Amino acid sequence: MSAPVVEAKGLKRIYEVKQGLFKEPGRLQAVGGISFSVEAGKTLAVVGESGCGKSTLARMITLIEKPTEGSLTLDGIDAVNQPAGKAKDLRRMVQFVFQNPYGSLNPRKKVGTILEEPLAINTTLSSSERTERARAMMAKVGLRPEHYNRYPHMFSGGQRQRIAIARALMLSPKLVVADEPVSALDVSIQAQVLNLLADLQAEMGLAYLFISHDLAVVRHIAHDVLVMYLGNAVEQGPKDKIYERPLHPYTQALLSSTPGVSGTKRTRIVLKGELPSPLNPPKGCVFSTRCPYVTERCKVERPQPRLVDGRYVACHYAENFLENPAA
Amino acid sequence: MALLEIENLSVEFPTQGGIMRAVDDVSLKLDEGEVLGVVGESGSGKSVTMLALMGLIPFPGRVKAKKLSFNGRDLLSMSDRERRKLTGKDVAMIFQEPTTSLNPCFTIGFQLTETLRLHEGMDRKAARRRAIELLEQVGIPSAESRLSAYPHQLSGGMNQRVMIAMAIACNPKLLIADEPTTALDVTIQAQILDLLMTLQKERNMALVMITHNMGVVAETAQRVMVMYAGQIMEERSATDLFASPQHPYTAALLSALPERSEGGRLATIPGVVPGLYDRPRGCLFSPRCAYATEHSRNVRPDLRDWAGGKVRCHYPLGDPNRDAAMKADHPLGTEAAS
Repeated sequence: MSAPVVEAKGLKRIYEVKQGLFKEPGRLQAVGGISFSVEAGKTLAVVGESGCGKSTLARMITLIEKPTEGSLTLDGIDAVNQPAGKAKDLRRMVQFVFQNPYGSLNPRKKVGTILEEPLAINTTLSSSERTERARAMMAKVGLRPEHYNRYPHMFSGGQRQRIAIARALMLSPKLVVADEPVSALDVSIQAQVLNLLADLQAEMGLAYLFISHDLAVVRHIAHDVLVMYLGNAVEQGPKDKIYERPLHPYTQALLSSTPGVSGTKRTRIVLKGELPSPLNPPKGCVFSTRCPYVTERCKVERPQPRLVDGRYVACHYAENFLENPAA
Repeated sequence: MALLEIENLSVEFPTQGGIMRAVDDVSLKLDEGEVLGVVGESGSGKSVTMLALMGLIPFPGRVKAKKLSFNGRDLLSMSDRERRKLTGKDVAMIFQEPTTSLNPCFTIGFQLTETLRLHEGMDRKAARRRAIELLEQVGIPSAESRLSAYPHQLSGGMNQRVMIAMAIACNPKLLIADEPTTALDVTIQAQILDLLMTLQKERNMALVMITHNMGVVAETAQRVMVMYAGQIMEERSATDLFASPQHPYTAALLSALPERSEGGRLATIPGVVPGLYDRPRGCLFSPRCAYATEHSRNVRPDLRDWAGGKVRCHYPLGDPNRDAAMKADHPLGTEAAS
């Protein structure tokens, strides 16, 4: 077993929110104690609804934001209290692919310039070497050589996402954080980009942190899954375990409410209500306000993640679901 | 008699580079209480078709049709004034982005009662009562106090409920939902789909569900229409379509879905949707089709009756004489792509 590329322990991020001139600032816990690790060549998918903290998590992993608490190591180097002179190395190691390829590319720069910029900033390569690398990377992600001198607006969404992926890979990172990379694309193009991501992973041994709300995509691409709800991990483990028998009621609801084309109409668990405000989270289990199986205990005692059937679940009654999944 | 009849509808936009045909020869019939799913990738003309029906194509767009009738009334010969009375009342539409399709300057109560007062001639009090009733029907808690809320104070799911309340305010006979759940989270999407389907059944409304999400169509629609580059490629009952697609495009779309793959690589459709300049002479899908032949590159197939539905292809997948027919027409592609 190789050493993990990224390892997070008890990662927390708390924002202070002003609530008025003389009021105490509110404490908004965007991410509340998440632990995980990803090895080279593996994909961890983070699943959850908007507002569950998955993007904040991504921002911490990519060193855009510092965690309030917890530890984060990238390839064995402490990323929270960075050793002197290592900051730049750390940043080269993680790269980001954003959701919207229409917004994440500078419209005033040519593709070639976009791809060479990371090299110009981070390396001492000469201009011709940079061009050479950019062209090699373009070939790798399936862009044609004549695209080098074009502007982003001349490309379709799928091609732009290829450019964004190429840019992320220019510095040969070890970890790529992809925040909903295919959700803005059409089905046929989505398949092309997913295949490209899989090919690049196999070729370069990349680790992916793949953020998505599309459970079908996650099932296809991920090795491990982390389900988040209101800043907390509710279920976390190998993909097959979670998809075959979800043990947390939230995961069950998520899986059952994803419309599928398999033909058989399943009984859908339709959750009532919406995500509670993270400024005022429920006292007990974070999911207790919407859970169909809620009990008195859930409302007062917050369940801690524990190992049940090969994955971590934060539910008091996870074992019950293991025995009779329908209950 | 069908509730809605569209024959040979086309919508064109003159552009600097020539005439862009966004909708090309679309015909469709819809009965009362029927749920039709319209699927297609972006730019396939699914939204423009429905906007043309609503009379919402802006200048300089041109709408042409042989027949466009709703509930026995001819929409083409109708005056604009009459048509405005019809749309919003008997034909209503909900849009994709609930937060941007509501006016941010007015409270949702104002926007709801506006519809009622205009179309139903209700007075202020009656409209307010009806608005509360509607909000309760679409499942908004403490409806009365929500009337004075602005759209930005509500979540996306709540705003979509308000949109639905507005659309059903005048008991429409036909509801068009354009990507009603695309901007919403999975669990909220399930709530909204449930709500739409319940309302549809209760009121026996006809519902057109425009979406690019195959899953949403599979779970809601009785009949499905697949569009590509402005044309209808295939139309049949939902169960048949998902079990045995007849058009190569439908088949390719379905096999590109991650949930249909058995691990490993996903099947992809090479290339992109044709634009204004590279519109093929023959079948519009032929440049990307694995089964294209010399014949299909040059001759555009007609939409014809096939296996209980309609298909626009020279060689539908279920045709027993398909291989022979293709061989005779000089196949170009390889079958490997499927």
